[in-house]
Amino acid sequence: MNRVSVLLPVWCWLLVLLVAPLAIVAAISLGEAADGVPPFTLGFSLDSLRTVWTDPFYRVSFLLSLRVAGISTLCCLLLGYPAALAIARAPERWRDPLLLAIMLPFWTGFLMRVNAWIGILADGGWLAGALSWLAGGPVRLLYTDAALYLGMVYTYLPFMVLPLYASLSRLDPALGEAAADLGAPPWLRFVRVTLPLSMPGVAAGCVLVFIPAVGEYVIPELLGGPGAQLVGRVLWSEFFANRDWPMASALAVTLLVLLLVVPATVQGIWSLRRR
Amino acid sequence: MRRALSILLLLFLIGLMPAQAQRVVNVYNWTDYIDPEALKRFTAETGIEVRYDVFDSLETLEAKLLAGHSGYDVVTPSNEPSFSRLIRAGALMPIDRSKVPNWGNLDAGLMRRVESSDPGNRYGGIYLFGTIGLGINPDRIGALAPNAPLDSWDLFFKPENAKLLAPCGIAMMDSAIDVIPSVLKYLGKDPNSTDPADLAAVEKTLMAVRPFIRSFASGGNLEALATGQICMAIDYSGDVIQAAARAKGVTIRYVAPKEGTEVGFDMLAIPADAPHKEEALAFIDFVLRPAVMAGITNFVRYPNAVPAARALIKPELLADTNVFPTDQQIAGFFTIGPVPQSAERARTRMWARFKAGP
Repeated sequence: MNRVSVLLPVWCWLLVLLVAPLAIVAAISLGEAADGVPPFTLGFSLDSLRTVWTDPFYRVSFLLSLRVAGISTLCCLLLGYPAALAIARAPERWRDPLLLAIMLPFWTGFLMRVNAWIGILADGGWLAGALSWLAGGPVRLLYTDAALYLGMVYTYLPFMVLPLYASLSRLDPALGEAAADLGAPPWLRFVRVTLPLSMPGVAAGCVLVFIPAVGEYVIPELLGGPGAQLVGRVLWSEFFANRDWPMASALAVTLLVLLLVVPATVQGIWSLRRR
Repeated sequence: MRRALSILLLLFLIGLMPAQAQRVVNVYNWTDYIDPEALKRFTAETGIEVRYDVFDSLETLEAKLLAGHSGYDVVTPSNEPSFSRLIRAGALMPIDRSKVPNWGNLDAGLMRRVESSDPGNRYGGIYLFGTIGLGINPDRIGALAPNAPLDSWDLFFKPENAKLLAPCGIAMMDSAIDVIPSVLKYLGKDPNSTDPADLAAVEKTLMAVRPFIRSFASGGNLEALATGQICMAIDYSGDVIQAAARAKGVTIRYVAPKEGTEVGFDMLAIPADAPHKEEALAFIDFVLRPAVMAGITNFVRYPNAVPAARALIKPELLADTNVFPTDQQIAGFFTIGPVPQSAERARTRMWARFKAGP
């Protein structure tokens, strides 16, 4: 009885904020677009889902999103791992200020920070201007893939660093010392001791970066080129330009299924390795 | 304790009071599309507070209205495709003309032209109107392509011209809705065509100049034209004329291409679920006064459909046929009709391919 009453708010929370919205989106994806307020009729039509799964236009967009998210995750990992390791190995009194420096950008609006990048990357902006001067010719940054990746890595890096730090700071330094006593050079200690023990942090960081990155809309829209038709932008244009709510919902449902499969696979591989 | 409670209660009542006494109207209009003085005067005269909000694309406006309960009382959709589609969706309220005495100020001939979108003119009156054409910097264009025609879509859509002008910057309006009908017209086809072969021809035309287009702007190209960053853009007439007025050190001119220019009417309309309908009608009636309309046109440089306002419009605007086209020009402009959803999807898809480039 007591357990039920404790868990009741949690279940209500999940029902109202997770299950109900998902059920609504799933129901709309089975409807049909129509003139009206709201602009669809409920029904049981698989047309929208079938189009999303068979039309190459959407497949290209999903694959592009997965690729951009994958590369961004990799960049975040390569940049974030040394940062997290450095913070974890830093003297005690330095750790909190360093962590704060990672988290501080979160305290200002995300949209404002991305807009600030437009100023930096635009023709004649600080970065593009400096690069043009060095290259001796005009360098275009804004609305290119470089700007897209820069924005993605910049935005999602903290999501990688924080779980990595959490797992690296819990490592017992005695394990590394023992490996050193047994004659392991630093690189071998890292590969055989630190890296394997931090894998849960790596997995958590990658999932935390990859999943929101796949559906990202704002960064490709504001920084990416017109060719960067990621699934977030395609979904926007179904909803706004075509006013086709069922199609937009079908895309959202498909994206969700895709994103449930990825962490499930990661977890599956992880638990297989543990056995 | 009791005193603290009574103070709290008092504060609560004060918080409630303005909400009951103050009448408001929520206006949702295009960006840079009103004379701020008009809003102040409306509030001063009627006591109705104006909460003013702006959109920069028809897509945003439609999405809000079609989702329902937008909270807006007065909106300004373009006659095609948004206004007619909102009528079909039942998202707008018929306007009670007995509460809008100034309705009679509207030009009957122009109102007839929007009957293709709204038979009987039941759902809206014309706010302002404009055409879609080219914003050009004649000096830069003359230097790079002296033989190119300045009065024709050829300037933009002929690859040899676009190639010459690419170095000084060519911009495209990022709106399939607004650009595709003009390209169809340029190709000598029906601007409302839904024939896939016609759309393929449009795609071919656009793709041929795609390498020379520097940017796609969704909020218009006003700023880029005025600062000389670009020398040619497809844009709304009023945006170009505003750019010309703001330009420093560069000359900007608007061109209504001779092959055919689309005219669009922005309509004063009331959402079906508007929370303040009486205030909305009062606002529309106020805007349709000749003096108010003249002030708006003087400020935003788009023509209005209230002939009695002409006497109060700045003479230089009145003389500019780009702002006030002659009757003969108006007769030559084309309007577009509704397009079925499947054709529209094909257009949006084509537009995405065009933006991505070959």
